[in-house]
Amino acid sequence: MANLRTLAERISEEESFGSGHSMCRGCGVPIVVRTVLASIRTPVVVVNATGCLEVASTRYPVTAWSVPWLHVAFENSAAVASGVESAYMALRRKGAIHHDVTFVVFAGDGGTYDIGLQALSGALERGHRFLYVCYDNEGYMNTGIQRSGATPRAASTTTTPVGSESVGKSESRKDLTEIVLAHHIPYVAQAAISHVQDLSDKVERATKNQSASFLNVLSACPPGWGFEAQDSITMIQRAVNSGFWPLLEVIDGHWRLTSHPEPRQSVTEWFRSQKRFAHLFADHDVDLLDSLEEKTETEWRRLLALEERDREWFLSPAGQAWGLTG
Amino acid sequence: MMAWFTESAEDLRRFRVLTGGQAVAEALRQIDPDVFPVYPITPQTPIIEAFAQIVADGKSHAHILTVESEHSAMSAAVGAALAGARTMTATASQGLAYMIEIVYLAASLRAPIVMAVGNRTLSGPINIHGDHSDGMLARDTGAIQIYVKNAQEAYDWMIMGTRIAEHPDVLLPVLMGLDGFTLTHSAEPVEIEEDGLVKEFVGSYEYPYALLAGTAGTYGAFAMPEHYFEIKRQQIEALDRGGVVAQRIVEDFAERTGRAYDLVEGYRMEDAERAMVIMGSQSGTVEEAVDSLRARHQKVGLVTVRMFRPFPRQMLARLLAPVQAVAVFDRSSTPGSFPPLYQEIRASVNGPRIDSIIYGLGGRDLTIDNVIQVFDRLGQSAQDSNAIFYAGSDSRTKEG
Repeated sequence: MANLRTLAERISEEESFGSGHSMCRGCGVPIVVRTVLASIRTPVVVVNATGCLEVASTRYPVTAWSVPWLHVAFENSAAVASGVESAYMALRRKGAIHHDVTFVVFAGDGGTYDIGLQALSGALERGHRFLYVCYDNEGYMNTGIQRSGATPRAASTTTTPVGSESVGKSESRKDLTEIVLAHHIPYVAQAAISHVQDLSDKVERATKNQSASFLNVLSACPPGWGFEAQDSITMIQRAVNSGFWPLLEVIDGHWRLTSHPEPRQSVTEWFRSQKRFAHLFADHDVDLLDSLEEKTETEWRRLLALEERDREWFLSPAGQAWGLTG
Repeated sequence: MMAWFTESAEDLRRFRVLTGGQAVAEALRQIDPDVFPVYPITPQTPIIEAFAQIVADGKSHAHILTVESEHSAMSAAVGAALAGARTMTATASQGLAYMIEIVYLAASLRAPIVMAVGNRTLSGPINIHGDHSDGMLARDTGAIQIYVKNAQEAYDWMIMGTRIAEHPDVLLPVLMGLDGFTLTHSAEPVEIEEDGLVKEFVGSYEYPYALLAGTAGTYGAFAMPEHYFEIKRQQIEALDRGGVVAQRIVEDFAERTGRAYDLVEGYRMEDAERAMVIMGSQSGTVEEAVDSLRARHQKVGLVTVRMFRPFPRQMLARLLAPVQAVAVFDRSSTPGSFPPLYQEIRASVNGPRIDSIIYGLGGRDLTIDNVIQVFDRLGQSAQDSNAIFYAGSDSRTKEG
């Protein structure tokens, strides 16, 4: 496993995703991209869905990418990656290619939870050998902060604005990680930009196997969530430490948490720090905040139970074979 | 073209009785693509079923990628073609409609994907039978479009289409349309070439800028107004070059196989005063009508359009300018205006009266009588009728 110093050296030496992009100040997505690419030691081919990352990194005739990179459309990055990977397998069988390649998809939550879900499901069912990384910033940010299936309940967005008849988004977010798990792929994890070492270790484990793997990485969006750009990392730390975004991995169906915040902080405090939830505090919507606390608590207990159930497996030779520490 | 009844016994061995779908699959076996992303839909399924068996029997090394939708089939095809693999697929109707967004991108990203389209109408009402509505939906995608008359042509144009698509001056998708059921499911004698000849003719696929070639590249960047226009123009000009390249490739094909094709084919047009223009399998019906009218000393002829994109404007102008009256048969509609082939002929040909005929929607047969009726109308006046004539359709649905 590469440590932070090694990752930092690789990022500045290799510049797979270089400077000169036009992502917003404080955006977490470049951290995701750089950490993922610095954690992979084979040549890569990147497939990117339409979204913030694509638009802000490839304005013709310049590019932030020094690795092969392909963007086709919004909803089909998993299908495009299926084609690239199938081409690789066919050409390798024919003896036209000899070197190893790791295929990585980067897509936002809109391109994954919503419009790209069918293509993702099909690709996972077929088991293409690629790492799918969802950078989750909880909304359609590039198009002006609209709600997605990943937007938390009660968040104010431009399509779920607060008003006399509205307290923001009325639905809860979709549990994409569980949907992906239903495909029974060997490696699924949640990570976050506040925990770079954890993210890097997960990339290494995800790309070890010869199958599809999936990472759901919580990023931060200062303009979309309403906070100061310098606070991105602390913002995501709060999400992790409150249990709103548990860091976890599921290996061959076995669960474990990779962060155990003690004591677990209040979700309310995480909400309080973002303007998109400001109406809850202005209106003292205690009932809604209480129910969100309670929901987080229930989910946290469910995860602890799953971790307890699978503890033995992680200590077994099968679990140890994944190179886990701690 | 179908001269099987005049061949010697020796030559007859090269003929096999195949449906259009099987003929396409046979071409696929010989071309041997690397990746074939596909999703089932009637009437395309005979193609993928026959090809899947060929792969299952070890007679093609192709990786058939059975994806979860046509949208993903075309998406995977773009990824595979740009990665450096020879990539083909097949679809029809709603499947092509679902792909359309990505067919535009395939053309823009210069992905030379060859696709057989078992032409079928679009819903609604839902109907599985043949017309050209699906192909016309792809009209402005930037793909090369061919419409064939019979199973032999379907076989031949898969082979020629591969060369055209992959030519370094072109690098565009090729859609080869064969009419649903009439061609996909009907068996007829097809002359099959030696495997070696086909392999040599298509050559190996070498995409000049492959993603997997080891050199970095950014594919599918976003273009602001100061660049989009020029990039789009390059793509349009590449499609125009496709017509020039296709002409050379049909000539090479004729030299090697003896089967000579024109991008636009004239039939008994030498001294024709009235002419029909049509695409696809029903061309044969019009031929019969022309023969029967010629037997009665009427100066009539037929023009069959094989290449719809790029549209061979000059060839059509040459063939049709001397004629007094033309009827353009469209097997699709453009509600609110004249149908696509008619518009093309109108924009290409000056001089003759030109009538618009819509026929065969949703798989209705075009009869010889229907065609003769149209020829008769054309003889009545030198004026454009300025109204669309629906051949073979009552104005009211029959009460059942």
